[in-house]
Amino acid sequence: MPEHQTLVEVQGLKEYFQINTGFFRSRPLKAVDDVSFTIHKGETLGLVGESGCGKTTVGRTLLHLYKPTAGKIIYDGKEIESRESIREYRRKATMVFQDPYSSLNPRMTVSDIVAEPLDVHHLTANAKERHERVLELMGLVGLNSEHASRYAHEFSGGQRQRIGIARALAVNPEFIVCDEPVSALDVSIQAQVINMFDELQDKLGLTYLFIAHDLLVVRHISDRIAVMYLGRMVELADAKEIYDHPLHPYSQSLLSAVPLPDPKIARANKRIMLTGDIPSPLNAPTGCPFRTRCRYATAKCAESMPPFEKVADGHFVACHRVKEIN
Amino acid sequence: MALLEVNNLRTSFFTDAGEVKAVDGVSFFLEKGKVLGIVGESGSGKSVTAYSIMQILAPTGKIVGGSVKFDGRELVGAGEDVLRTIRGNKISIIFQDPMTSLNPTYTVGHQLEEAILLHTNRNRKQARERAREMLELVGVNEPDKRLRQYPFEHSGGMRQRVMIAMALACEPDILIADEPTTALDVTIQAQILELMQDLQRKMGMSIILITHDLGVVAQMCDEVIVMYAGGICEQGTADEIFYNPKHEYTKGLMRSIPTVGNDGQRLQPITGTPIDLLNMPKGCPFAPRCDNAMKICLTQRAERMQINADHAAACWVNVRDGLNAGKGGEANA
Ligand SMILES: Nc1ncnc2c1ncn2[C@@H]1O[C@H](COP(=O)(O)OP(=O)(O)OP(=O)(O)O)[C@@H](O)[C@H]1O
Ligand SMILES: Nc1ncnc2c1ncn2[C@@H]1O[C@H](COP(=O)(O)OP(=O)(O)OP(=O)(O)O)[C@@H](O)[C@H]1O
Ligand code: SF4
Ligand SMILES: [Mg+2]
Ligand SMILES: [Mg+2]
Repeated sequence: MPEHQTLVEVQGLKEYFQINTGFFRSRPLKAVDDVSFTIHKGETLGLVGESGCGKTTVGRTLLHLYKPTAGKIIYDGKEIESRESIREYRRKATMVFQDPYSSLNPRMTVSDIVAEPLDVHHLTANAKERHERVLELMGLVGLNSEHASRYAHEFSGGQRQRIGIARALAVNPEFIVCDEPVSALDVSIQAQVINMFDELQDKLGLTYLFIAHDLLVVRHISDRIAVMYLGRMVELADAKEIYDHPLHPYSQSLLSAVPLPDPKIARANKRIMLTGDIPSPLNAPTGCPFRTRCRYATAKCAESMPPFEKVADGHFVACHRVKEIN
Repeated sequence: MALLEVNNLRTSFFTDAGEVKAVDGVSFFLEKGKVLGIVGESGSGKSVTAYSIMQILAPTGKIVGGSVKFDGRELVGAGEDVLRTIRGNKISIIFQDPMTSLNPTYTVGHQLEEAILLHTNRNRKQARERAREMLELVGVNEPDKRLRQYPFEHSGGMRQRVMIAMALACEPDILIADEPTTALDVTIQAQILELMQDLQRKMGMSIILITHDLGVVAQMCDEVIVMYAGGICEQGTADEIFYNPKHEYTKGLMRSIPTVGNDGQRLQPITGTPIDLLNMPKGCPFAPRCDNAMKICLTQRAERMQINADHAAACWVNVRDGLNAGKGGEANA
């Protein structure tokens, strides 16, 4: 295996939201619970899992957009904790959002949207430099210079997503959290934006945490993939490895459920059906979070939380029975 | 005679900016017990085709031509009394946006029961039992509690499942499902698709499945219609469409999606921007984005041509390559 340089390291990350449950009463909603992983420099780590499992919260907490309830975030060897370190970190790590329609201010011109981070971080010396940098960024994402003075609402979904990405690139980031960046786009436009992420990574050496619910898109773009369930990370492995040999019972069902765009394969595909719904994170089961839907669950699964452990080179799984069932 | 016959259907919206020809000459047959997929770009007229069949268009929309026959009976121009016996009973629809189609002021259980009472021969008690059964069937936990709740108390996925339960509870001959699982997680999607397939086999129901997900189409559909700019650009069996696409838009679509086969390769996107129905090009509507467009494509629209018994497409490339077996032909390839 090639040597990897760690860029982002997350240890025991927790993000609990206090939810009001009545007069002066509240309960913690454990959106992210004790999650640890690393992201290598220059790689794309895909993050998948059902709606509400905590993907966005991981991304936001990782960027200190939410203050972590517990845990450590170490970037390039330095713990991000003090106000100073957070400020510096924000120039290296940024985010691209899902919805190209609502994440851009319709009353701002493209030029002002892209330049906003330049202004916030005082990255250009004068108006001329600012303008040149804006045009350069727009060029990077395949937008014309004539677009600069137009308003965001005049653009199609794919173009708006490009504007969002140009803005994210303004600070010259090394690391970008991409939260469902192509989900709102039409299929024919998705491919354009996916390719752009690929090309920017090659050109600028970027590192991505790529969150998406389309598992084929994630497989396509990611080097490694992490699977979450109910606030916990349950599996992490090389992208191809996890598709070919998922080891956690949840990943096995999740991946078998993906409809493949090939009629002969799709018809023959054996799906491992899950019954019922994902439990509420306010009422997470004891022990393994997946046990209420797991066909392998035993008494032990209700008693204790399975540790997230290495089962093969670069392959981590949190399941008491991983050895027996595979 | 097919169960549903759609012939040269044309539906327009009359807006301040002009006539929007949302559906422009759509023809197909749907046989009993078959699953027909409709795919195509956003805005290509998939939903409007469905709404036209049900005749539930927005006030500015109008069917301006063509015919829709259910079991031999013409629905275009039919009176409300006739349509009322068709909608829900014979043809049910699951809408793209579940929130707009549930009444926020009644409990979910009440709405399900009413639909069942209206469309099947059951009494109140049986309807209540059926409602509970259907919720269970679509994978809703604690169905008794859910039945007493209002739509806003349900998550998006839950509401979509209620809509599906409601459409299926009436045991229609045809289920039109407009992006029924797009908002759902894949594991829930798998449950719902399996449920639909199961009911389709057991009850001999026909399904029109509108989706942008080619994986869902591959898994579910016998036949596929590909739409572009209000028209059908290609139509055939699922195997023909996936393994032998014969319209440049379909070919582009297949190349632009990640598959297990194109691992590690760059995707090949369709370039350019989606069509503007108010500014339609003169020739083939896909010509401005087509890599293989010829002179004739820019001036003249290709007619639908048979490729083989299971397949028809409207693309000049097939004429150039001598692949067209004949003009027109049966609506369903
Ligand atoms: N600001 C917040 N306050 C309270 N609860 C929150 C907040 N943000 C998220 N949650 C809850 O935390 C859990 C995880 O949410 P999150 O948005 O991270 O999920 P996700 O995996 O990104 O889901 P999706 O795929 O739907 O985007 C959910 O139960 C959600 O309701
Ligand atoms: N009420 C309306 N008034 C004016 N134009 C409309 C109306 N409803 C639909 N249209 C137009 O008709 C065309 C077809 O719309 P339709 O909703 O059928 O597309 P679609 O193929 O279902 O797209 P999507 O995949 O986004 O659901 C679009 O160009 C749309 O803008
Ligand atoms: S720990 Fe038990 S319940 Fe959890 S996934 Fe493994 S077998 Fe299933
Ligand atoms: Mg999210
Ligand atoms: Mg639609």
